[in-house]
Amino acid sequence: MPAAIPTEEEASPLPDLPPPTPAPVVVRSPRAPWSSAVIGFLRVMRANPLTLAGFVLVVIICVSAIVVAAVPPLTQLLLGHALAATPYDPNMPTAALHQGPSFAHWFGTDELGRDMFSLVLAALPLDLAIGLSVTGFALIVGSGLGLVAGFWDKPRTLGGAVSTVIMRVTDVFLAFPSLVLALAVAATLGRSIFTTVLAVMVTWWPYYVRLTRGEVLAVKNLPYVTAARASGVSEVRILFRHVLRNILEPLTIYYTLDVGTVLVTFSTLSFVGVTGSITTPEWGQQVEFYQGLLPFYPWTVLAPGLAIFVTCLAFSLLGDGLRDILDPRSRRALIQAAQPSTLPAEVPAVAARGGGGAGA
Amino acid sequence: MGRSRTDLLVFIAKRLAVLPFVLLGIIAITFFFTHIAVRNPCASWIPHAHPGALQNCINYFGLNQPLTTQFVKYLSSLAAGNWGIDPLGGQPVAPVILAAVPATIELVLASLFLMVVIGIPLGVIAANSNGRWADHLVRVLYLSGWATPTYLGALVLAVIVGPAVGLPSGGAYTTSTPPFPQPTHFSVIDALLAGSPSGVADAFSHLILPATALAFLNMGIATRMTRSSMLEVLPLDYVKTARMKGLSDIFVVYKHALRNSLISTTTVLGITAGSLLSGTVVIEEIFRWPGMGDYAFNAITSYNFAGTIATVVIFALGVVIANLVADVLYGVLDPRVEWR
Repeated sequence: MPAAIPTEEEASPLPDLPPPTPAPVVVRSPRAPWSSAVIGFLRVMRANPLTLAGFVLVVIICVSAIVVAAVPPLTQLLLGHALAATPYDPNMPTAALHQGPSFAHWFGTDELGRDMFSLVLAALPLDLAIGLSVTGFALIVGSGLGLVAGFWDKPRTLGGAVSTVIMRVTDVFLAFPSLVLALAVAATLGRSIFTTVLAVMVTWWPYYVRLTRGEVLAVKNLPYVTAARASGVSEVRILFRHVLRNILEPLTIYYTLDVGTVLVTFSTLSFVGVTGSITTPEWGQQVEFYQGLLPFYPWTVLAPGLAIFVTCLAFSLLGDGLRDILDPRSRRALIQAAQPSTLPAEVPAVAARGGGGAGA
Repeated sequence: MGRSRTDLLVFIAKRLAVLPFVLLGIIAITFFFTHIAVRNPCASWIPHAHPGALQNCINYFGLNQPLTTQFVKYLSSLAAGNWGIDPLGGQPVAPVILAAVPATIELVLASLFLMVVIGIPLGVIAANSNGRWADHLVRVLYLSGWATPTYLGALVLAVIVGPAVGLPSGGAYTTSTPPFPQPTHFSVIDALLAGSPSGVADAFSHLILPATALAFLNMGIATRMTRSSMLEVLPLDYVKTARMKGLSDIFVVYKHALRNSLISTTTVLGITAGSLLSGTVVIEEIFRWPGMGDYAFNAITSYNFAGTIATVVIFALGVVIANLVADVLYGVLDPRVEWR
């Protein structure tokens, strides 16, 4: 509300005069911009229950990750489980080993009697951080290169040359199947979680270059950019204020969808064993570690698998829903589909007589 | 710049002309990466070796020379048709890899077939019942496939589903080598050529589970694209016209609308080639499928550089060719596209 007040004062610089007939100026919403964004977001969420589910899951996952990372003792207290691996007790009654899922042990216990839910939860902060950081790196590097390559691509200039080099290098990286390249990088750099993250980062940015460049090319010659340039706005300012802002939407969607994909890719690398030995809890390693137990105690494998699945699904649902809503073409289709047209149902009886034969 | 046959040929020639440079780039990146990161692979090839033996190994493979010299040597031997040798087994890598390529192509084509036959109709159903429960169900289904890690889906299929439904989940045949010659190395085609019905059934049953695993995990791409392009096409005037002419709903959806939306689905299927090929690395490892993915995994983890570079190049070749085929199909299907 307060944000709107100065705007209204500016709009009427001569308060003494009786206001003329109101000009047909679009009346600004009295709400602050963020509040209209929130309302739009809520409308979006209400329209699509799956997107809402994805959003709620993402929030729950992120909050639990923060809580687990920040205050492990608190989580232990809340859950009543030892969060980290409980030490092996040789005198433990064997009935306590490999229990199926129950109220006391939500995901069951492994062959040493450790609570699977705690093990899976303990790995959450690391896995989520990997997903967010790899995509974040790819977004910054890839989109940065894509912006440059798309914006300064006039042939026979320095920018054009740089743009060509960027795109040729990107083409080479895009031709690699990413998992194979990441596997090669991770295996040769030495086996650790850090090198594996590095390997995924090395393979991940080219997609963002191509996406961003395409979007920039679509936007940069639109009339409003030409108008900004004609009114003397500097190129760099045009790039950031006018071009980048208008391509943020597809980038956001892609980023959201991509967090889950990175997580799955990373856990694949960790499953095949390029992250080294199991010292830090990580979901892919847990699946690998317990895979021999799958026919006998399936919950030991399915618990970390389910964690990856749910995390990836949550981000995918959110991103998929955002795409439907933010992409104007899909949005138009959704709106039209939401208003069932009675035309096709009623007209055929008439039309069939008129020109029905021409259809085939 | 038009749509004549010459334009198409020029387009393909232009794309193929870039190919050697892309491949050279890939070879260079892989070569320098592996050789810089692992300066002395001999120690891992022969663990607990005598220092003299290590020195012999280094001298034999020329690992003490400057990297650029090694690279030029590698390129010239590649130009002579020699892809290098596997340091662990001592045999040339080329014949082993070339024998493994058809198995991977077979696996990828089989799962592509499943993706098309199941994934596209699912997308049509979702778009047609937009916003209702069938749409939500299909979306959950394809996002589930997307969210399932390859190895988890493959493990569950191989260890739980396979034995439950009685399908084999290891290798390409029941015996390690089939009782008939393998001229093509495509398991089903070899069995067909040998004229043995039991061999065909055996090869086919071994193909089902790995192909399903690979297809399920990538089906979302086909379904999602079909759904969104159907959503774009369905409100268009020509679809309304078709409906108004009194054509049946199924006819309008499958003949008029789907045909147009398949254009973008085709392109996306071409792009999935990379994802499918990546998937084969894990799936072939789990199902012991005798293909390139399995070989690539072993080559990479055992520092078999010649094998690593060769498989990466072949994978990349597969991706580039799949993209080219998709682009050409896109132009053939969409009469508005001009070749340039």
